[in-house]
Amino acid sequence: MSDDYSLYRTMLLIRRFEERALAEFSGGKLFGTTHAYIGQEADAAAIFSLTDPDDIVFSSHRCHGHFLAYGGDPYLLAAELMGKATGLVSGRGGSQHIHWRNFYSNGIQGGIVPVATGSAYAEKLKQTGKIALVFTGDGTLGEGALYESLNIASLWQIPVLYVVEDNRYAQTTPVALGVSGSMAGRFAAFDIKTWELDSTDVLAIRPQAAEAVDYVRGEIRPAALILHTYRFAAHSKGDDVRDRAEIARAREKDPLLIHGARLDEAEKARAEAEVSAAIDEAFLRAAADPFPAMPGA
Amino acid sequence: MPTVLERLNYALQHALETDERVYVIGEDLLDPYGGAFKVTRGLSSRFPQRILTTPISEAAIVGISNGMALRGLRPVAEIMFGDFVTLAADQLINHAAKFRWMYDDQVRVPLVVRAPMGGRRGYGPTHSQSLEKLFLGVPGLRVVAPNSLADPAELLEYAILQDDGPVLFIEHKLLYTRALLEPGGDELVDWEVHKPEGGYPTITLRVPGVETPQLTIATYGYNFELVRAAAHELMYEHEIFPEIVLFTQLSPFELEPLFEALRRSKRLLTVEEGTLTLGWGAEVAARAAESDLPGLKVRRAAALDMPIGSSKPIEDGSLPSQAEIVRLALELAQ
Repeated sequence: MSDDYSLYRTMLLIRRFEERALAEFSGGKLFGTTHAYIGQEADAAAIFSLTDPDDIVFSSHRCHGHFLAYGGDPYLLAAELMGKATGLVSGRGGSQHIHWRNFYSNGIQGGIVPVATGSAYAEKLKQTGKIALVFTGDGTLGEGALYESLNIASLWQIPVLYVVEDNRYAQTTPVALGVSGSMAGRFAAFDIKTWELDSTDVLAIRPQAAEAVDYVRGEIRPAALILHTYRFAAHSKGDDVRDRAEIARAREKDPLLIHGARLDEAEKARAEAEVSAAIDEAFLRAAADPFPAMPGA
Repeated sequence: MPTVLERLNYALQHALETDERVYVIGEDLLDPYGGAFKVTRGLSSRFPQRILTTPISEAAIVGISNGMALRGLRPVAEIMFGDFVTLAADQLINHAAKFRWMYDDQVRVPLVVRAPMGGRRGYGPTHSQSLEKLFLGVPGLRVVAPNSLADPAELLEYAILQDDGPVLFIEHKLLYTRALLEPGGDELVDWEVHKPEGGYPTITLRVPGVETPQLTIATYGYNFELVRAAAHELMYEHEIFPEIVLFTQLSPFELEPLFEALRRSKRLLTVEEGTLTLGWGAEVAARAAESDLPGLKVRRAAALDMPIGSSKPIEDGSLPSQAEIVRLALELAQ
């Protein structure tokens, strides 16, 4: 299986999973809320094609794409979204609070950043060679705990990669109203080496991400990877106040279109068939699963 | 006898010796300073790699400790003044206390956060509080307080080495210089001490020969010093014989030893240094009321619902005193 195919398939898996999750949500099958990663797939696909399976990952409310690219099972995630006993954490966490192997997510903005930093530090102290990655967005740049973490990570040379996926909006607040100055300048102030690019092309992101990941692992130091992107879907569900024309322009740079152009039609059809079957199986199986009993009951 | 501070220092030292997964993390911990209250003095000289001095960053101190605990280490975080624990409240409530449950029991968070609390040193409104009440009743978080009778070293070592969940460890500043009480020593001559086995024992102090105490005083931490002095006054000046139930675990609330005592006395006085409203005593009293003891009467001694002043008359006036404990006890015993 070629790299190109595999990257495409990962992005398509995320896209179709999120589309299905939104549809199931509208059908009343999901509990709580869900935050779709649609439009940002190239970031996760690129980064997780470079990490080691044992690396530590911390993600946020928008964690499905990261989880699937990490290698997580769409069925276990679907069951969690549906609040089923068979879900990743037996229905306790739902969309934003999942854990599997070395993947953790929490719905508190900023709070995961020191936890990820401490996890990376533990791995450094244990000399395991593992690094940690923590995914934040432009909105999280408003949280103080993030800057406390950057300061200490730099002082203590902690092998953690801070990934900022700037999707231009913190919920409904555009970057222009939420982030002053320079994003990269924030990391530079702490002497944290930073890679930054504005692209939804997985093959453009990948070499930059590779440099960043290799640097963190090789130098045992923190780094930042700032990826300017765009989410096509609403923040969560029906809360989109953005200009339709702006979204349409962003969709012209759909990561699936850009990278899909490198595959022939047969390959794309095969990816579509494989992914559709996997997603169908995941959601149908999850739907038939039982709800959890009250813990301790 | 050693002081409480010496015992806490010993516990950290012994935990570091015993288990290489133990790290101590906080502000200004390094020798020769050795921490603002000197609890960590000498540790960085002996364990230079495992005493981590930090910037002024309480959220990151506890957050990084959370991550370390999640990944198999046993960190002990120090909050310089307990008042600053509000800066780490998110890490305690939304992270440390949540991980094990919300990740379906697949992880453990063996974290201890030490926080020196309490007033009576003139530090004023933001360096004198007893904020532990804000963290009581948080599912997944244990709140523990040493005193001069339950060996603080045993408590702290148990929290660090044996407890797989997060523990907020409340140290009253005035306890540091107190010598540990000696069973059978002069300070305890009036008392028969019942200390059960277990990591966070609830200790009962009874007056020998008194079958039916006239009231039960529930307390924890430094306030045990005031309660003992008040009890002495009650016994020798008023011929009122109380029983004392001394807690080391504040939350979760496990009150059976107290209920056992209340079945005899039917009079409950709670004593704490935090502000009165929605305090530890409020929950203790509510649970005692729900236990349907016939004729139960309750009073609470606590700080006035106001900030703590720096000037001695204002500070003393707002915090519970021996005189106030005696006054409330007399009300109950009548």
